[in-house]
Amino acid sequence: MLSTKHLLGIKNLTQKDIELIFKTADNFKEILKRPIKKVPSLRDTTIVNLFYENSTRTRISFELAEKRLGADTINFASGNSSVAKGETLIDTVNNILSMKVDMVVLRHSASGAPHFLSNHINAAIINAGDGTNEHPTQGLLDAYSIREKCKTLKGKKVAIIGDIMHSRVALSNIYCLKKMGAEVTVAGPPTLIPKYIDALGVQVTYNVKEALAWCDVANVLRIQLERQNMPLFSSLREYALFYGIDKKLLDSLQKEIVIMHPGPINRGVELNSDVADSQHSIILNQVENGVAIRMAVLYLLSGKDSI
Amino acid sequence: MKPILDKQKFKVVIERLAHQLIENHSNFSETVLIGLQPRGIFLADRLVTYIESITNLHLQYGKLDITFYRDDFNTGKEIHLPNQTEIDFSIENKKVVLIDDVLFTGRTIRSAMDALVDFGRPQAVELLVLIDRRFSRQLPIQADYTGVVVDSVRTQKVKVFWKEHGKNDEVFLIDNTVAER
Repeated sequence: MLSTKHLLGIKNLTQKDIELIFKTADNFKEILKRPIKKVPSLRDTTIVNLFYENSTRTRISFELAEKRLGADTINFASGNSSVAKGETLIDTVNNILSMKVDMVVLRHSASGAPHFLSNHINAAIINAGDGTNEHPTQGLLDAYSIREKCKTLKGKKVAIIGDIMHSRVALSNIYCLKKMGAEVTVAGPPTLIPKYIDALGVQVTYNVKEALAWCDVANVLRIQLERQNMPLFSSLREYALFYGIDKKLLDSLQKEIVIMHPGPINRGVELNSDVADSQHSIILNQVENGVAIRMAVLYLLSGKDSI
Repeated sequence: MKPILDKQKFKVVIERLAHQLIENHSNFSETVLIGLQPRGIFLADRLVTYIESITNLHLQYGKLDITFYRDDFNTGKEIHLPNQTEIDFSIENKKVVLIDDVLFTGRTIRSAMDALVDFGRPQAVELLVLIDRRFSRQLPIQADYTGVVVDSVRTQKVKVFWKEHGKNDEVFLIDNTVAER
């Protein structure tokens, strides 16, 4: 059993929880290889996907995970809903729940939105990304993909590179990797690295090549221009020049490292196509593992007693 | 605690079940054995080892976990945690023998048949169990091969011990008051 009723962030999970999710995801990965990729476990469960912010991968991945567990799903995008008329988050959710919905998958641009909701409503909540706080299923699937590729997480050196300041993926990755015994370094321009991030037990460098030379795995993050309300670096071209990763840079390392990216990629900015599409990259494995991880999370949180 | 099978009898029963399988499936060319997780695997392992040792045949043998197909997985206090499924062959048009330790309400077998058809369309499905607790069935399911038939009431428990668990091979009928102590 998980130690929590909701998946609000990896901050609230124990190492045992994470191991249980990984082990359950292994079973779902096997199911996804069968001719019929579907089990009826959640056929009595209805899940609403509340997306107050754009998403391709996460929304499709959650919806697939729900459908492959046999759940009924409702999709909600704030753009074409009554949110535009001024309905509050709690009102929207309570209205949906009164139609007998059991679980809520929430993405919101405000950090802490799922935490707030969990204090006010009576359903299991899964955070699908809240502002610049956490994106727990992404953190889990990234760690799971590293575990799959490198056999273990313990002692592995992972560099998280790019826009750490605005990235919920970075925070979830740091929590998850540290709890599983990996070493983490964050790298990027000083303006995109939070000042006291070393309090989380990570090392900091402003030199990408140094981070790459140190690590076994590099998780490259997207520059989140939509969250930057003041210029934090001169130009994308300059960023690509100093912090972007291309094949030439990887070749100069004289060792093999694994490249990850949570998507969507700004090709030619943080990651060049000759790296993103190369042997080093496990970007598409991450997406594949995402469905199994989300199935595991939904399954483990679906116990009727926990709601 | 009433003994149902002791160590010697346990061995005899498993060997008898193996011979019954050989009798009905001769060279096993169109037959596959599937053990149900978690405890049907011990029985299936024994049967496969024994049949292979006396016939020189190679049997197709898989393991099936039915956790995700249960109708009660989230009604209890604890969620049921899954085990490994390993079926590395096609069951399309094969005769499948499902193997489990105890047949009780029949609900596990119902789930197993649901799980099985997700892997293909078997030509026929048979059921082999070590213990059949008759009079306890909640679904119209019967075994084709039975080790021992046990008459018991719902409050009693049938406990199968396996060598693989560091115990003697034994089966006991336990009154629930004893089981809970």
